[in-house]
Amino acid sequence: MTAHVPALMPALPELILASGALLLVLIGALRGESSHGFVHASSVLLLGLALLAIALGDGGTVVTFNGAFINDGFARFMKIAALAAALVSLVVSQGYLQRHKVEVFEYPLLVVLSTTGMLVMISAHDLIALYLGLELSSLSLYVIAAFRRDDLRSTEAGLKYFVLGALSSGMLLYGASLIYGFTGAVEFGAIVKALHGHAPTGVIFGLAFLMAGFAFKISAVPFHMWTPDVYEGAPTPVTTFFASAPKLAAMAMTVRVVMTAFPDVTHEWRQIVVFIALGSMVLGAFAAIGQTNIKRLLAYSSIGHVGYALVGLSAGTDAGVQGVVVYMSIYTVTTLGAFACVLGMRRDGHYVEDINDLAGLGRNNPALAFALAMIMFSLAGIPPLAGFFAKWYVFVAAVEAKFYALAIIGVLSSVVGAFYYLRIVKIVYFDDAKTAFDPLDSSLKAVILVSSLVIFLFWLYPAPLVNAASLAASSLH
Amino acid sequence: MMGIGLEHYLVVSAILFTLGVFGIFVNRKNVIVILMSVELILLAVNINLVAFSSFGHNLVGQVFALLILTVAAAEAAIGLAILVVYYRNRGSIAVEDINMMKG
Repeated sequence: MTAHVPALMPALPELILASGALLLVLIGALRGESSHGFVHASSVLLLGLALLAIALGDGGTVVTFNGAFINDGFARFMKIAALAAALVSLVVSQGYLQRHKVEVFEYPLLVVLSTTGMLVMISAHDLIALYLGLELSSLSLYVIAAFRRDDLRSTEAGLKYFVLGALSSGMLLYGASLIYGFTGAVEFGAIVKALHGHAPTGVIFGLAFLMAGFAFKISAVPFHMWTPDVYEGAPTPVTTFFASAPKLAAMAMTVRVVMTAFPDVTHEWRQIVVFIALGSMVLGAFAAIGQTNIKRLLAYSSIGHVGYALVGLSAGTDAGVQGVVVYMSIYTVTTLGAFACVLGMRRDGHYVEDINDLAGLGRNNPALAFALAMIMFSLAGIPPLAGFFAKWYVFVAAVEAKFYALAIIGVLSSVVGAFYYLRIVKIVYFDDAKTAFDPLDSSLKAVILVSSLVIFLFWLYPAPLVNAASLAASSLH
Repeated sequence: MMGIGLEHYLVVSAILFTLGVFGIFVNRKNVIVILMSVELILLAVNINLVAFSSFGHNLVGQVFALLILTVAAAEAAIGLAILVVYYRNRGSIAVEDINMMKG
């Protein structure tokens, strides 16, 4: 019997990140705390290298590692987005870590490791690879949520995230075991063959558990309870990371599983997706109204946005998946800008998080105020900003698939949701002025500038993103 | 004498899984109990996988179970570590004391 070496090149970005992270652990362990700057810079470089490896890599669809790993257009698109988001959130974290004196080399390493897990999740083509990628990313995320270990709120966030995350992994696994049992396969292609377009009760049961696990990871109702607490308690750069890359990767994983492992039993999973989409949109719109902590408010907003993205998925068509991809990309850019603004809320050397602290920003720092207003308008979905087009694509896909009620409720809840975004704009421009914020770090300025430029000018030239998303969606089958 | 079939294993596993989930939600006392409940859930999954694997003559399930065991160990280690830093800050690991943030 000869050992068969699988094709490794399709997994080049993962290999770069994993081996680089191992090397940096060694360097950090040998050189101690003083190596933080070096490890931080090298981690940014590693993420950039992995991004480059995908951008310059071959096109087409390759399945390797005995069917466990797939590299296709969808994977490449989502990986580039996740890597870029991880890179940006690592860059903006520097100032915060410095000021709280938690500059340790473990932080960038955990971000790299969790990004590695996300890439595996995005490329997973069987249930085992999916679980391992998910756990690699989740375990690192639990730790960085509790990263300020002398801070009660941060450790509480870590503990809550851990307990609920472990529960959701358990549900996901229980679902995976039922699917394995009733189809006899873990590989997505083999599951499709075993089902013959008809799902036995056991598989439907398993699918429901699997979707519950996914709903937790993308923070969709009814598994959203952890989101506000973790977003509020975790250090702000960690929240920035949580709101962007892991959400994107978990959404990619959800889309891939339902579209490639269960494409012929659409009816069964669609009910679940419609339910969690409706719940998330409505809860995101109403629950954020009473919030005064901006991180908590953005957490509820993110629950709502996941709901809108899922509207596209519930259509179950290529156009729907394209909508999800466009939505998540635009949402990631917007949310990175929003959290960069939150990281810029610093008065007399202290970070502030109350939305009333934004009062007077319009007078004190007109440029930042304008950028923040654009970001809020985009989150609310007001034309001609990018957030409007994101919603447009998912709602059009839903209407084409004859989900009229879902689309109407979505539009109505986005009107309700606009209230709290507009309230922030009102506080920024019309409330009694407070003292000015401390000057922004240059990395924050750059991120806010790029984010608001993309949001503001997206309508001029949407073709690259929309076409790439359409290619990504069509590569799924 | 009655033979033990696949369904018996599935029922045991379902009971263990339910116990684990209830242990997380009903328990008002101690976070350690929650960690134990999480292990119970993973154990239920492993019973499922091994039973399916053995009755379906397919080894993949056992490979999956081994990987889950490994990840469960890492998960327990991280959970306990987070619990320790939380205890240092709060001085308590009672579930009802984990209430700094709500709303």
